[in-house]
Amino acid sequence: MSEELNGKGILKGLSVTLKRFLATYWDDIKWLGRRYRTAEGIAHRSSKDARGIFTIQYPEEKLPPPEEFRFVPFLVYEEKEDGSREIRCTSCGICSKVCPPQCIWIVRTVDPATGRPRPEPAEFYIDIDICMNCGFCAEFCPFDAIKMDHDYELAVYDRKQNVYGLEKLLKPVRYYAQIRPLNNAREEEARRIKASTRPPAFVTGEKE
Amino acid sequence: MTTAAPHNVPETVQAETLDLAARFPGLVTPDERAGYSGWIVTADHLVQVALALRDEFGYDLLSSVTGVDYLPEGKMEVVYHAFKTTGGPGICFKVQTGRDNPEVPSLVSVYPGAELQEREAWDLLGIKFTGHPDLRRILMWEGFYGHPLRKDWQEPYYEDEAKPFKSRSPEGHVYRFEDRNPFGDNVRYPEDFDPEKWIPENPEDLLYQSLKTYRAESPDSIETEHIVVNMGPQHPSTHGVFRFVVALDGEKIVNLKPVMGYLHRNHEKIGERNTYLMNMPYTDRLDYLSPMSNNFAYALTVEKLMGITPPERAEYIRVIMAELTRIANHCMCIGSLLNDLGAFFTPMIYLLEERDLILDIFEATAGARMMVNYFRFGGVARDIPEDALEKIKGLAFERLPRILDEMDRLMSENEILRARGIGQGILTAEDAVRYSATGPLLRGSGIPYDIRRADPYSIYDRFEFDIPVGKNGDIYDRYIVRLEEMRQSVRIIQQALKQMPEGPIVVGKPQYQFRPPVGESYGRVEGPKGELGFYIVSNGKPNPWRYHVRAPSFINLTAFGPMCIGQKVADTVAILGSIDIVLGEVDR
Repeated sequence: MSEELNGKGILKGLSVTLKRFLATYWDDIKWLGRRYRTAEGIAHRSSKDARGIFTIQYPEEKLPPPEEFRFVPFLVYEEKEDGSREIRCTSCGICSKVCPPQCIWIVRTVDPATGRPRPEPAEFYIDIDICMNCGFCAEFCPFDAIKMDHDYELAVYDRKQNVYGLEKLLKPVRYYAQIRPLNNAREEEARRIKASTRPPAFVTGEKE
Repeated sequence: MTTAAPHNVPETVQAETLDLAARFPGLVTPDERAGYSGWIVTADHLVQVALALRDEFGYDLLSSVTGVDYLPEGKMEVVYHAFKTTGGPGICFKVQTGRDNPEVPSLVSVYPGAELQEREAWDLLGIKFTGHPDLRRILMWEGFYGHPLRKDWQEPYYEDEAKPFKSRSPEGHVYRFEDRNPFGDNVRYPEDFDPEKWIPENPEDLLYQSLKTYRAESPDSIETEHIVVNMGPQHPSTHGVFRFVVALDGEKIVNLKPVMGYLHRNHEKIGERNTYLMNMPYTDRLDYLSPMSNNFAYALTVEKLMGITPPERAEYIRVIMAELTRIANHCMCIGSLLNDLGAFFTPMIYLLEERDLILDIFEATAGARMMVNYFRFGGVARDIPEDALEKIKGLAFERLPRILDEMDRLMSENEILRARGIGQGILTAEDAVRYSATGPLLRGSGIPYDIRRADPYSIYDRFEFDIPVGKNGDIYDRYIVRLEEMRQSVRIIQQALKQMPEGPIVVGKPQYQFRPPVGESYGRVEGPKGELGFYIVSNGKPNPWRYHVRAPSFINLTAFGPMCIGQKVADTVAILGSIDIVLGEVDR
């Protein structure tokens, strides 16, 4: 048992809570209306200088996800000038091989005329119930075709909808450049250098 | 996986300092399989050798006990790793037995810390430990059929021996696992089995039977009836789905048995199906409050197996991340301990704020707040972005020192914390070592054993930091040790930030599939909860043959029962809070 129980420790502790309580109001006055529901207010409350109340009032307010934030994957397509879509994916299957919970299913396109495989997916499924958001598929994709998303509000009423097919997975490069500007710039640069140093190699889709 | 030349990993160092084969001629032989090290002891003389190791050679801490099923050779092997609490490298000794009816003498009489681990090996591999005082299933339920970690055992959603599965591409027609479940109802029973009517053949297997095995002492020789109380698995103070059963004499606890496995998913079986890299995100889910430490230990173990070392900058990033994770974990631990003691959520919320700021850094660097998946073999996944680095500096140099002092003022002298903490739940230094306790639990009992200092890994030998220890080994000491450890972590981060060089963050080109050489490897780090170890056996395939986790919160629970005996029921809540468990790691 403690030597003395005179309440000094409790008073000392209460002085801390009182200080925090006052700090909340002090900050509110100092920021006068800008502390809540503004971008700089949210940034302040989640910075090292935050004092007092720091809660972000989700869903009215949202923390901006940092660039590296990753949630379930999506497939990137290029928009051509004539409005057609060119899917970057060549259905090589590396993402489905590296996927730890094995939640990626790919059916390769077969050319009906020749019977030989074409480097694009006929079907592409991700079971996002099983996906563990590890990001390996995006990390090891040699074609920058599969990337991790920033959208985390995916609740649905029926979990059968959680097997995503091509129509739900495909998103334009525009979107990718918007959520990950630095990564996209870096990859564009790498592709530009590669293209300028040697002629584009024919991709068979079976590359390993 | 990389192009770097393998450096020489020292073969177990004890070979020079200690020749067990000469001490026990004929009983102990060196393990001469390629890639293996340590000693093979004959089963009949195991206890004798263990006694000598503990008393003559000073290997007083039996850290890890696990089994390996060598199906092709028709053998079972039990692997022990013992260390000295004074520091230095450990010793590994093994016992081999047949696969059909494996039986090995129990080491509980020499190292009581083996109790839960031997039960786990019995449960998952079916190895009988003769002389074990309470050999029941631990992670699976009593009526479970089979031993799941055996190599010929197949799980309900079994598809193939190893990932990646062939059905995913190029002809990957999607289906849901439950639609193709070979066992129908997701469980496999023996024929004529009705779980409602089942009674075990041996009544000793029952929990309440084993609870009765205590020495009844009634000082005033008045016979009183003891009652049994179940706490958990749905109890807020158990920090998850942990359950313990107490036998009470009045209000005094006379016996306590932990019951676990409610969150069991056989992490190790999953790990043996996975390739080496695939296991990395799974380790995040062990102790989900300190994912960076889990990544660290696993990466170290596989790097040891492959003989590679990460570049300088990656080492510094690893240390910074591991120490941040330690602070985040201790914030959570102290917060919930204070919650359990009745300081309803004030300290918790204050500390969660700091944890959140640390998680912001993880999110900006690794991409996720908790399931970070950040370490790679031979480095880390990506460099720390500029803004995250600024945040770390702000935390380490400005905010955290101030906040930790504030938390000290808020809590340390609080009369309720002192009254409930000082002198309660005492674990003596001797007992802590005997029960294989590690981490703040061991240091709170006064043993300055910290792997970062005792057997340095990574670059921890370059930093100046103290190892806080307690005096009495009570709840309050463990709290103080954790608070002080956070300060030391801040010190390490400050030094690492100053020394961190520029440069590459990973060696070679990362590959998603590779084959490490045949052999075994045991890697360990000082996790926030204690010694986190991984034992991996490779047979040269892309998937590990054996993947074992030495989980600190699981093994620290060995001491939970003995600590609680003689205390009141209300104190068990505080004692459990001071051990700091995470059920993701306990149940695995």
